Amino acid sequence: MSEATLERGLNAFREQMNAPIASFFSSCVNCGMCAEACLFYTETGDPKYTPINKLEPFRRIWEQEYTLWGRVKSWLGLSRPVDDELLQAWEPLIYDGCTLCGRCSMVCPVGNDISYMIRCAREGFVAAGYAPDGMKNASRRAVTIGSPMGVKYPALAAQIKHVEADTGLSIPMDVEGVDYMALLSSMEIMNFPEYLGALARIFKQAGITWTLCSEAFEATNSGIQIGSSDIAKELVNRVVVAAERLKVKYVISPECGHAYTAIRWEGPNLIGRPYHFKVVHILELLEELRSSGRLKTEGFEEARLTFHDPCQIVRKGGVLEQPRNLLNMVAGDVVEMSDHREMNWCCGGGGGVSAIERAEALRLKVFTRKKSQLEELNVDTLVTACANCRLIIEEGLEEYRMEIPVVGLTEMIAEHLVGDEKNE
Amino acid sequence: MSTPVDFLLWVRGPGFDIALAVFIIGILIRLLEMLMLGRKPDYAEPRGAELGAGLRTLLTRTLPEQGTFKRSPFTVVGGYIWHIGFFISLLFFVPHIELIDAVIGLSWPGIAGNLIDAVAAVTLVTLIAMLFSRLTHPVKRLLSGPEDYLSWLVTFLPILTGYLAYHRMIEPYPLVLGLHILSVEILMVVFPFTKLMHAFTFIMARWYNGAMAGRRGVQS
Amino acid sequence: MAETGKGMEKTLVQSLRESGVSRRGFLKFCTATASMMALPPNMAPAIAQALEKARRPSVIWLSFQECTGCTESLTRSHSPTVENLIFEHISLDYHHTLQAAAGEGAEAAREAAMAENEGQYIVVVDGSIPLGNPGYSTIAGISNLQMLEETVAGAAAVVAVGTCAAFGGLPHAKPNPTGAVSVSEIVKDKPVVNVSGCPPIPTVITGVLAHFLTFGSLPELDALGRPMAFFGKSIHDRCYRRPFYDKGLYAETFDDEGARKGWCLYRLGCKGPMAYNACATAKWNRGTSWPVESGHGCLGCSEPDFWDAGGFYNALSIPDSDITRQAVYVAGAGIALGAVAGAVNRSKQARAREEHEPVTIDDLDKRS
Ligand code: SF4
Ligand code: SF4
Ligand code: SF4
Repeated sequence: MSEATLERGLNAFREQMNAPIASFFSSCVNCGMCAEACLFYTETGDPKYTPINKLEPFRRIWEQEYTLWGRVKSWLGLSRPVDDELLQAWEPLIYDGCTLCGRCSMVCPVGNDISYMIRCAREGFVAAGYAPDGMKNASRRAVTIGSPMGVKYPALAAQIKHVEADTGLSIPMDVEGVDYMALLSSMEIMNFPEYLGALARIFKQAGITWTLCSEAFEATNSGIQIGSSDIAKELVNRVVVAAERLKVKYVISPECGHAYTAIRWEGPNLIGRPYHFKVVHILELLEELRSSGRLKTEGFEEARLTFHDPCQIVRKGGVLEQPRNLLNMVAGDVVEMSDHREMNWCCGGGGGVSAIERAEALRLKVFTRKKSQLEELNVDTLVTACANCRLIIEEGLEEYRMEIPVVGLTEMIAEHLVGDEKNE
Repeated sequence: MSTPVDFLLWVRGPGFDIALAVFIIGILIRLLEMLMLGRKPDYAEPRGAELGAGLRTLLTRTLPEQGTFKRSPFTVVGGYIWHIGFFISLLFFVPHIELIDAVIGLSWPGIAGNLIDAVAAVTLVTLIAMLFSRLTHPVKRLLSGPEDYLSWLVTFLPILTGYLAYHRMIEPYPLVLGLHILSVEILMVVFPFTKLMHAFTFIMARWYNGAMAGRRGVQS
Repeated sequence: MAETGKGMEKTLVQSLRESGVSRRGFLKFCTATASMMALPPNMAPAIAQALEKARRPSVIWLSFQECTGCTESLTRSHSPTVENLIFEHISLDYHHTLQAAAGEGAEAAREAAMAENEGQYIVVVDGSIPLGNPGYSTIAGISNLQMLEETVAGAAAVVAVGTCAAFGGLPHAKPNPTGAVSVSEIVKDKPVVNVSGCPPIPTVITGVLAHFLTFGSLPELDALGRPMAFFGKSIHDRCYRRPFYDKGLYAETFDDEGARKGWCLYRLGCKGPMAYNACATAKWNRGTSWPVESGHGCLGCSEPDFWDAGGFYNALSIPDSDITRQAVYVAGAGIALGAVAGAVNRSKQARAREEHEPVTIDDLDKRS
């Protein structure tokens, strides 16, 4: 039986090295500006959370093994090693202290894509055995059970029954040759089943043929979050095999942000080839239906609303306009937060942080960023498009005793469907 | 015999040759050891083109993101002032233009010495303030190691000695001019092996950043 | 003092009178000398007095590897000047260029003067001394080095006149085929005054001698052994074109607008900023003009190695070597070495990828 070793970790760091990362490390001028972009620093004031500092172990490997001068320094015994102690000390920074939100990558004056580097550096940490237990367990569940939260097909089937009873629509399962295959996140299955109902009603109205797949319904990918491409590949492959077997044209990524990053941007590179289908985010699909007139809504929300941009969908996913167009379709009073779109602030639970039990206090601490953004606006309802953000924000609001309901955008649209019997 | 003139002739002769060789060879090694690492092909279907987005980020990163500017105005403004001051002094002082003309055959109009003098003074003061901030700001202090202070020093000295030389504050002049040239040579020698390389690699870094985001349809 | 080789004993004033220099002219010279040497104006009468009384010191003038320009500078003024009269007044016991005697007779005169004035005579040297083959420069079969060492042994002081004697000058220029050195490289145990310049300003030579005559001592010297009074400030500091330099107004060719308007000559290669000399105030040809005034940059001739300090028409800031060509070679080397470094990195990366052991959920933990 194999095990995680320091050597495997170091080897993973070596593997990850490429031209962009080398250019990022050699460009960093230690100006510290990335700290100001990261909620872990702004909310705690602790300099150890400076984004580039989270990469110190990876940086050392780069310097010592991939630069001429660094090699000379190592021969002279002038460089500090990357050992178990160092990785252990950095584990809470690179996992608990980073949501891979990508905000730091937007501000670095020399252009360093720091969050990309952190994603790559996690490969080394996980191979060396330094990943938080919460994330290890999520990965184990995802691989063995099929979902990081341990949701099995029967649980989904039970929820489907409820939804079908609720909506009077049948949820297609394992249908071959349809246009769309929808994915869900286990968080949606367990906590926000309304999403599934919303899909069914919207697709019905738009006349879209779609299906779920009993073997690959889970969209989230713990492998991406823990930083193991091997595990991530295994998980993504399930979806790819299922979608290609069912011969669908599109796979719909659910609202969940990291799921989108995993299936849309990392997936093809994990399996080493382009897909035979396209991946669309649900908001992309809805926007397409809206602009082609196939999505018809009526009525407007009366509440004053704002939209929380899920990092992985907006800043790192490129789905920027769609949520706004969709929201304006059903809401009259929409205000934007002070930093929004590609400069939004993370909820504090992305990048797998929500799976780390020990990080809860830190997560709630850094939620103060979102909290003050919301306080500036004085809104009645917060809309978002990521089940993880939604859960984290709800927890945060509860912690700080703020009474703001959090709603998923897709459900809100569904509420306003024309001719829908559920529409008041 | 070792007179200030000998020293000046050495730094203007063999010294400069050595520094230039280390500078050029060092930079090329550094760039190639980076670039040759390459990138894996990206199989994800792109939403936008890399090239344009990369080039745009290359330019737009020159301006700070607003929120970050508000949170660290000193670093941003100080950074601008000394970078601009450094380049004005470097590129528009007539003796420097003569040197550039001699090396690459390009020349342009210079700026009056007394203006350059004022710019250099501002640059020096700003650099000192930046050092102070590096020593006191918790984030910068944590990030900084010997290399950062060395980089600061080798950047500071050419301006300081240039200022002293312009004002002929050390006699005889060949000595202070020699020190000025020597300090530049030290800068050139240290350059490829420190973060000063960012003066070249920021182009790659910004481009990669912009290109990777651009593929996803985001302008970073 | 005993009769030496040249004429009767006369005071300086006497010989000046005979040559038609009035007392007024003499006093004017004293005032000028005082101000040149940065002495307070009330020192002028003291100088006059001292000079009036001064006896003729014995001077031995040795010419080694030189071009006679220094001697010319001093002796070939158009009409009698106080400078060359002072020069004539000194008891020039030996100057093989000027004296009529030659060969052994001349050498005998030198030896006689040395013996008679043991410990008091002044040795003036122009020209550098070859340390290579002694045959490169000999006088009456005696090598320059030997003659210098012998002559200096009993001297009170040595005045190295001209840049060759002071710093090696032209003969010392790269590749210095004769192994030329300056006087001060050889004479370590006697005071040496360097009156550099190619040629040196006549007033400066006479000024040093006047100082010696007046005070019986040598003037204050700078780090290079030059009299502070004349060499304490740079050409640039005393240059009347300096305001143009500060304003960034430069002549770019010798016949452009800037040249006509008298702008700074830096870009045309003026070495004034690094040259210490009195040209800008003493001027040449009896105060007529000086190089920068005539529209040509300073060559920096009073400085060591000025022949090797790059082209006379290259700006001071331009390095001497052929950087452009060097840069091309070096870039070639850089690309080759960079390719090696890059290949090493690539193979490291490839090896790491080969050695990759897939991470599975069974090896997320570290045992041990
Ligand atoms: S903002 Fe960029 S350059 Fe500045 S410390 Fe962070 S990574 Fe380095
Ligand atoms: S990706 Fe987000 S959380 Fe991580 S270091 Fe950057 S700003 Fe901080
Ligand atoms: S002409 Fe020469 S000495 Fe005069 S100011 Fe210009 S550079 Fe200086």
